Amino acid sequence: MSQSSSQPNRLAQGGRVDRTRKLTFTFNGKRYTGHPGDTLASALLANGVDVVNRSFKYSRPRGIVAAGAEEPNAVVQLGASEAAQVPNVRATQQALYDGLEARSTNGWPNVQRDLMGSVGKLGGSFMPPGFYYKTFMAPASMWMTYEKYIRKSAGLGRSPVESDPDIYDHLNQHCDVLVIGAGPAGLSAALAAAYSGARVILCDEQETMGGSLLDSRETLDDAEATRWADAVIDELASLDNVTLLARTTANGYHDHNFVTLHERRTEHLADVAPRVDGRRQSRSRLHRVRAAQVVLATGAHERPLVYANNDVPGNLLAGAVSTYIRRYGVAPGQKLVLSTSNDHGYRAALDWHEAGREVVAIADARDNPDGEWVEQARAAGIRIITGSAVIEAKGDKRVSAARVARIDIDGFRVAGKAEELACDTIASSGGYSPVVHLSSHTGTRPVWRDDILGFVPGDVTGLTPAGGAHGVYALDAVLEDGVAAGNRAAEAGGFPAASVNLPRASAHRESPAVALYQVPHEKPTLRAPKQFVDLQNDVTAAGIDVATREGFESIEHVKRYTAMGFGTDQGKLGNINGMAIAARCLGQTIPETGTTVFRPNYTPVTFGAIVGRHCRELFDPERYTALHQWHVEHGAEFEDVGQWKRPWYFPRTVNGKKESMHEAVARECLAVRQGVGILDASTLGKIDIQGPDAREFLGRIYTNKWAKLAPGRVRYGLMCKDDGMLMDDGTTSCLGDNHFLMTTTTGGAAGVLEWLEIWHQTEWPELEVYFNSVTDHWATMTVTGPEARQLLAEITDIDLDKEAFKFMDWKEGNVAGVPARVFRISFTGELAFEINVQANYAMHVWKTLFEHGEKYDLTPYGTETMHVLRAEKGLIIVGQDTDGSVTPEDLGMYWAIGYDKPFPWIGKRALSRPDTRRVDRKQLVGLRPHDPGVVLEEGAQIVFDPEQSIPMTMVGHVTSSYYSPVLDSGFALAVVKGGHHRMGETVYLPMVDGKVHAAEIVSTVFYDPKGERQHV
Amino acid sequence: MFHIYCPYCEEHREEEEFHPKGQAHIARPADPDACSDAEWGDYLFFRDNPRGIHHELWVHAVGCRKFFNITRHTVTYAILETYRMGEQPTITAESLASGEKAGNVQAASGGQQTVGASDAAVASVKGAQA
Repeated sequence: MSQSSSQPNRLAQGGRVDRTRKLTFTFNGKRYTGHPGDTLASALLANGVDVVNRSFKYSRPRGIVAAGAEEPNAVVQLGASEAAQVPNVRATQQALYDGLEARSTNGWPNVQRDLMGSVGKLGGSFMPPGFYYKTFMAPASMWMTYEKYIRKSAGLGRSPVESDPDIYDHLNQHCDVLVIGAGPAGLSAALAAAYSGARVILCDEQETMGGSLLDSRETLDDAEATRWADAVIDELASLDNVTLLARTTANGYHDHNFVTLHERRTEHLADVAPRVDGRRQSRSRLHRVRAAQVVLATGAHERPLVYANNDVPGNLLAGAVSTYIRRYGVAPGQKLVLSTSNDHGYRAALDWHEAGREVVAIADARDNPDGEWVEQARAAGIRIITGSAVIEAKGDKRVSAARVARIDIDGFRVAGKAEELACDTIASSGGYSPVVHLSSHTGTRPVWRDDILGFVPGDVTGLTPAGGAHGVYALDAVLEDGVAAGNRAAEAGGFPAASVNLPRASAHRESPAVALYQVPHEKPTLRAPKQFVDLQNDVTAAGIDVATREGFESIEHVKRYTAMGFGTDQGKLGNINGMAIAARCLGQTIPETGTTVFRPNYTPVTFGAIVGRHCRELFDPERYTALHQWHVEHGAEFEDVGQWKRPWYFPRTVNGKKESMHEAVARECLAVRQGVGILDASTLGKIDIQGPDAREFLGRIYTNKWAKLAPGRVRYGLMCKDDGMLMDDGTTSCLGDNHFLMTTTTGGAAGVLEWLEIWHQTEWPELEVYFNSVTDHWATMTVTGPEARQLLAEITDIDLDKEAFKFMDWKEGNVAGVPARVFRISFTGELAFEINVQANYAMHVWKTLFEHGEKYDLTPYGTETMHVLRAEKGLIIVGQDTDGSVTPEDLGMYWAIGYDKPFPWIGKRALSRPDTRRVDRKQLVGLRPHDPGVVLEEGAQIVFDPEQSIPMTMVGHVTSSYYSPVLDSGFALAVVKGGHHRMGETVYLPMVDGKVHAAEIVSTVFYDPKGERQHV
Repeated sequence: MFHIYCPYCEEHREEEEFHPKGQAHIARPADPDACSDAEWGDYLFFRDNPRGIHHELWVHAVGCRKFFNITRHTVTYAILETYRMGEQPTITAESLASGEKAGNVQAASGGQQTVGASDAAVASVKGAQA
């Protein structure tokens, strides 16, 4: 056959590529052409590109080995622009498109001339097995040095430094039967399940469905096998109960048949999703499938043989050679030597021969092979050397010869003189390994079968393997196994088994395979040229040998010692060979040695697909209060509190200059202390509690007493866990004898509701009480300051007289013409009214307050001012001044602890444990810096003696610290060991910059210690 | 991601709707003051970590908000049964070991559950009841 001049290895005919159209692409900066239907790998082979990468550790030149997901070497960096960079793409899985730009992942400065290559070769044992383990044990500080070097040389690909221009979707899917893989087994399984009436999803990772049928020598109903495949795909596509997902990889098999499918929608078109009608389309979809039943029809990977220099470019899997010839019309060389342990390998030689290229010889490890394909090869005049194998490849950047010798498998030795055969391609086949990866993602170990020399999936609930994944390889048997699996899955879901008319497969006689993994060499393994087991991680047979000699007997330890099966490869090609070698070295069988665990993902998934739309503004839900728009319009700076957006402060523009936060907060604080301010407190959690036992329940859940709280009254309460540590606080108001309204911290609302429910449901179900979140139903506006009463009186019918409406009372009435609950509680220490109205009315009430508030210079304030004001009064914030190791006693809040309540309330018993009784517990105190100009750092550590040697004994830390405009001084709250008994003592705070601040321990109440201002 | 049958909603739902709340059947001692510090510490801090059958408390947090129990295998992650508060598991490590399994889920009296609770906590509950 003739060759295309630009693509020297492209055959004149054959394959599923469109030779009438040319696609241009670049690899490592050089331009090439290919055709629609090509993968990047087939196009590179067509162009005679031998070296596609440098190896991970030894930096040896590497070429394409496989034709599918198991490719270990041709891992490339894709993308024409910075934003479109994608690392870790297998060239064998990347469809070619016009303008594709790809680079080798490894190779520094380039794959042809690699600096590391010489280091690796000169150094020899530069990175011996166990390198990471041994090197990084000590000293830890050296890691920083190694890391830079290793990252650069290891070539792990790189992520883009620009924002991803594409969008990605998540889809939740449900089905009765999920069939993974659309080869002969998957197609027949999908047919059976579909005919049974089950809802079926069929996914396949390749560009085209059909699997092994796409390059099969075999016929179905006397026609090319692809005809049957095409007909079945059409048939399935016409059925309403079937969803077909091409270019879709099942990446992870999770608990209870939850399978993640990664559907690549545009990656075969361009590196950035093309626009359709001017609209962006999602680049990929992650289908989150909950399948009642899964049929695993993922096929089998061919095992390469492990011989010396088996990594030199030009060493390929036998099946990959067939795939490139039959599917892509590419013969990846001129002169082939095949080394095989089984009949299936012969297909490569037959295809090569039929493509018009020279088969130099077939080295068959068996003494008397006589299968049908063997006979066909003999009839074609191909030389077959029995009882032999390729023991060593010659060549540097491309195979130049194969050394073939008679081998004694049982004795693991070369049994005759080696013959050197000139060739440029060596194909090898050591049999098949079922693709069991998904079945072991949930932890199930695969099971060894001696009859097929491979592991098959272990028993996984709801999973049925079929075809190659099940260790069934003959085409007629594969089709039948698929139907059986499809029916079994459908029947498990209550659907009737369906009959499927299967095509007649061309049966052929097969001679038995022989178990061959590592091929012996004249020299012992440790001295022979490198025999690679895991090409991606540069693990050699010698490395595994060394690992076992050093006492690593568990296969999991061997894996970690050698790095076999690590990384994006996940042991697709090398694992079984590695286990076989470890087994031989340890004198065990393979099942005794066992397998390592395959983990998700099966092949790399881009982060975009995992993230989906959960990024940027959709990363986490944002909650807005009913007044949010007003805050935005009035220039508020916002702070995130949980999921809430809360106004932080409201900077004004003064003399054309926007206030700083410090200026704004100082102004807001003074407005509240001297006039009137207003806070949007709607985010406070609110829980409506009803039922005849509501009061009893409160008494058990809060530390203080609730038995006598009358309707119309409000009480502050502390909530502890049963270990005595404070978990939340807030006020609860008695709305009626059987009706209470509890408030919680903004961030604690959901947790507190669940807390109430758990105690009610699991410990005290006999109490009749009901809880309901009403956080969003009520908007809360806090009007506070000496002029608060005057302002509110203008727009309410509630009697605000100080005797009629006392501190810690609440009243119902109208505010601005709408029904309201007004609570006289204070988080500022000033006269304060918290107005609750239906959230829908909030904006009206808020605006009305401002209309009337203009003459009082009503000042909106945010969370920062709220913090300063509450801290001046020593009022705590749970989670800021406490951290889960603080009891109410540590806070000095003895007044809020009902020691004599009849029921042993939550947290009470823990307060008498020895640890909670310690006198040197960290206790909440106030700190007044000696220098009033100093605002201590929150989190700063406290010591008693600044002269002590380092490391100093730390006795506490600052929990809250601010500048107080009303005191014109910095002040802080802190926890200090035994602090309650150290009033007036001086403590010290050594800072990072070497300064040491001194501060006096004082009361936590800095302003209005008698609390007169809130009682006016 | 688990697929969990809520015994109150009587439907399978995705794990995202639920929160795990730790070991099930931890009885709060009826009279905490009668507990020694060691017994109270057992109740507060000590939990089982079995390889195999584990009874867990879960809540259908964004569903019906009901708490219920799950019997789960900690190796296979298989959920063997779910049952309502106040009920006892029909499948336990003991029943599996002896090959027995009660036919129906049995209801126990009250909400306090002692199966799987620490010996000390069980003793203190029993002591309080006696």
